[in-house]
Amino acid sequence: MDKPFAITLDPGSSLANRTGSWRTVRPVYVDRLPPCNHACPAGENIQGWLFHAESGDYEAAWHELVKNNPMPATMGRVCYHPCESACNRGQLDESVSIHAVERFLGDEAVKRGWTVAPGKETGKRVLVVGSGPAGLSAAWHLRLAGHAVTIHEANAQAGGMMRYGIPKYRLPREVLDAEVQRILDLGVALKLDSRVDDLPATMKAGKFDACFLAVGAHIAKRAYIPAGDANKILDAVSVLRGMEKEEKPLLGRRVVVYGGGNTAIDVARTAKRLGAEESIIVYRRTREKMPAHDFEVEEALQEGVRMKWLTTVKEAGEATLMVEKMALDESGFPQPTGEFETIEADSLVLALGQDVDLGLLAAVPGLTFENGSVQVDAGMMTGHAGIFAGGDMVAGERTVTVAIGHGKKAARHIDAWLRGEAYSPPPRHEVATFDKLNTWYYLDAPKTVQPVLDIIRRQGTFEEVLGGLDEGNALFEARRCLSCGNCFECDNCYGVCPDNAVIKLGPGKRFRFNYDYCKGCGICVAECPCGAIRTEPETI
Amino acid sequence: MEMQQIKFYQTGTFTVGNRLLDEHQRSVQANMQRTNSLNSGHRACQGCGEALGARYAIDAAMRAANNQVVACNATGCLEVFSTPYPETSWQIPWIHSLFGNAAAVATGVAAAMKVKGRKEVRVIAQGGDGGTTDIGFGCLSGMFERNDDVLYICYDNEAYMNTGVQRSSATPAAARTATTPAVGAAPGNAFGQGKNLPEIAMAHGIPYVATASVAYLRDLEDKVSRAMTARGARYIHILVPCPLGWGAAPHDTIKLARLAVETGLFPLFEAEHGEVVRSTPIRRRVPVEEYLRPQKRFAHLFGKTEAVDTIARIQAMADRNIRKYRLVDERRHG
Repeated sequence: MDKPFAITLDPGSSLANRTGSWRTVRPVYVDRLPPCNHACPAGENIQGWLFHAESGDYEAAWHELVKNNPMPATMGRVCYHPCESACNRGQLDESVSIHAVERFLGDEAVKRGWTVAPGKETGKRVLVVGSGPAGLSAAWHLRLAGHAVTIHEANAQAGGMMRYGIPKYRLPREVLDAEVQRILDLGVALKLDSRVDDLPATMKAGKFDACFLAVGAHIAKRAYIPAGDANKILDAVSVLRGMEKEEKPLLGRRVVVYGGGNTAIDVARTAKRLGAEESIIVYRRTREKMPAHDFEVEEALQEGVRMKWLTTVKEAGEATLMVEKMALDESGFPQPTGEFETIEADSLVLALGQDVDLGLLAAVPGLTFENGSVQVDAGMMTGHAGIFAGGDMVAGERTVTVAIGHGKKAARHIDAWLRGEAYSPPPRHEVATFDKLNTWYYLDAPKTVQPVLDIIRRQGTFEEVLGGLDEGNALFEARRCLSCGNCFECDNCYGVCPDNAVIKLGPGKRFRFNYDYCKGCGICVAECPCGAIRTEPETI
Repeated sequence: MEMQQIKFYQTGTFTVGNRLLDEHQRSVQANMQRTNSLNSGHRACQGCGEALGARYAIDAAMRAANNQVVACNATGCLEVFSTPYPETSWQIPWIHSLFGNAAAVATGVAAAMKVKGRKEVRVIAQGGDGGTTDIGFGCLSGMFERNDDVLYICYDNEAYMNTGVQRSSATPAAARTATTPAVGAAPGNAFGQGKNLPEIAMAHGIPYVATASVAYLRDLEDKVSRAMTARGARYIHILVPCPLGWGAAPHDTIKLARLAVETGLFPLFEAEHGEVVRSTPIRRRVPVEEYLRPQKRFAHLFGKTEAVDTIARIQAMADRNIRKYRLVDERRHG
């Protein structure tokens, strides 16, 4: 009505101008799969639990962790962490020491008694055969789903290869015991010294609705070595198993270990600790070809273990071994050279791999085998409906982490099967590769080095070699995580939008685009540190 | 060995926000209650550095002055895209001046506020490089010389972008504009011309002069806040990439602003009463080529034969800045 001189229109806001119509591409928030998660055989949401650890909420981090892996204190020690090989930070400075943070969280949980509650009882009963990592993992997940679980274990103690295969200096037994106990405390019945010889009968007697087999691979492979009367030939499995008994194995002053895997290294280092003056690994190929992990070889060498590459054992005499030099042919295969040598040895330990004891399965109809392993389908089920299998007894890489993953996977399929359904895993997101990140934003920070036990104390004791992180450096290490592919609420998109078209929803709630005004410039995509925004063509 | 407490926050203060930092350590832009001085719906091009720079600066000033801010705006992109009559994107008291007199109008507003006893109201004048270094320079120099109580912010996109990318006295050497075409023996803008306005402002001996960049938000907000703590004439010069005029991708706005700093071509520093008191060290030094190559206004340097000599001259300018403002190694920044 009464407007000032020369003014004809009311003032208005530019909000009337929907600049979103200019857009030809639109930004979209995504969750990409971090390479660590992608590489984890146990399917851990590593980025997810590190997110909580970054803010110092270790309990929340631990709860996120045990959704997939019930034994972080153990796994943080013995896993060969393929996650760290895949970590994008490795291309920036050094990969995040994921295993060290995992171990810290696991130790905290033991110290503070963190646990979870079992699921609502379903009334279904599941038999788990074997209390190794696969069996324990399956038991944990089945209890969380509310099923009754009974584990039958042939040995006197639970843990499988974690107890009878991994030396104490890598995995202290109190750590293993604590994590096993937490699983049992969920209401898992554990029957020790109870080898299952007739599976159908055991299932019938216990009124089990389903079964998860995880008996591992405990039979040592042999190699034919002509031997005299007085020599001592042992296998790695029984030596490492013997370490759990009162009477430790007698290996003598000079021990030769035949093989190139991690088990060979474990035996050689154990022999050193038992007082052997000489502990020699004989392997027919070169160090580069050795299946053992490089850091373990390195630690063994530090402790005085000697290595004889390109050598095979031909004959075992009394206190001596005849070995032959080998040479790699063009295809990298070792060939004999006809050059012989004699080395002194009080005992020879064969570490040539293990086979599965398939004896208990002979009576089960429908089971099929291939190359000494039980065949399972994509849902870990054997040819016999309701009988699932995992761990070392099925085909695949034989590591503790793979076994933990098998246990979880089998538990999910068993749970679905018991409900008459089929479990279908959620679709996998696209991997957050290094090129998706804007790493300028991350602070420079070198990896935290874990303390290593003094070399002298590693000679004669079974004290743990690698130390853990304390709260300060665990927090530092967690914060080195780049959070690849997953929003960590850095507010960059909210800040850098020239059109104020990003709506901040508040802590923990992330952000939303206001497509009424977003012009599709793409600055938010370019400046997102972790690659959690993607541009998509606008459909007209 | 002395133990040192390591403070480490993943991205520290490089990102706009950081959930790991305490509330008071976070930026104004991370705040859900920021003013949004320049609201959505403005007509700036996609990826406009000036729109971003203006919101960053005025939001910070609003917080520092307890929301008591009046802005006077010279004619230019910022005024044209934000306020086509009768609409406006500004959510603060705002007045449009002529192209050349923003500093004088602001002086007047400040005088009026003083007469009315409204000491708490702070006055900001703002404009582009054309309105500041060329057309409005007389008024601006007068405002400096009289030490009027105004913060003048120049959003420098290095040419007259609004009218079609004509050269200004802030256009860098060798850049192609509509009036400095990339033809002839010395294509693009001539070397040895133009004005360095931050240094000219320092020569007036005014209380505070600073340079800032849209790629360094925390640095920019700190400088605006510090400027608001002082009275008298203050000047902040913010480099704001222009995708249209620079011939760059809209999503590269912040990247280019960052590269301008990391090459040394745009030094970040603060001066008080004519003396440089602080400079922001370069975090990761890069050659000028990395900054020049993505911009079409410098495309003639990277034609069939690379203009090695010209690039070397530009590199020498960057190196000179690094030496002069001690941008590498010597960390004087608190």
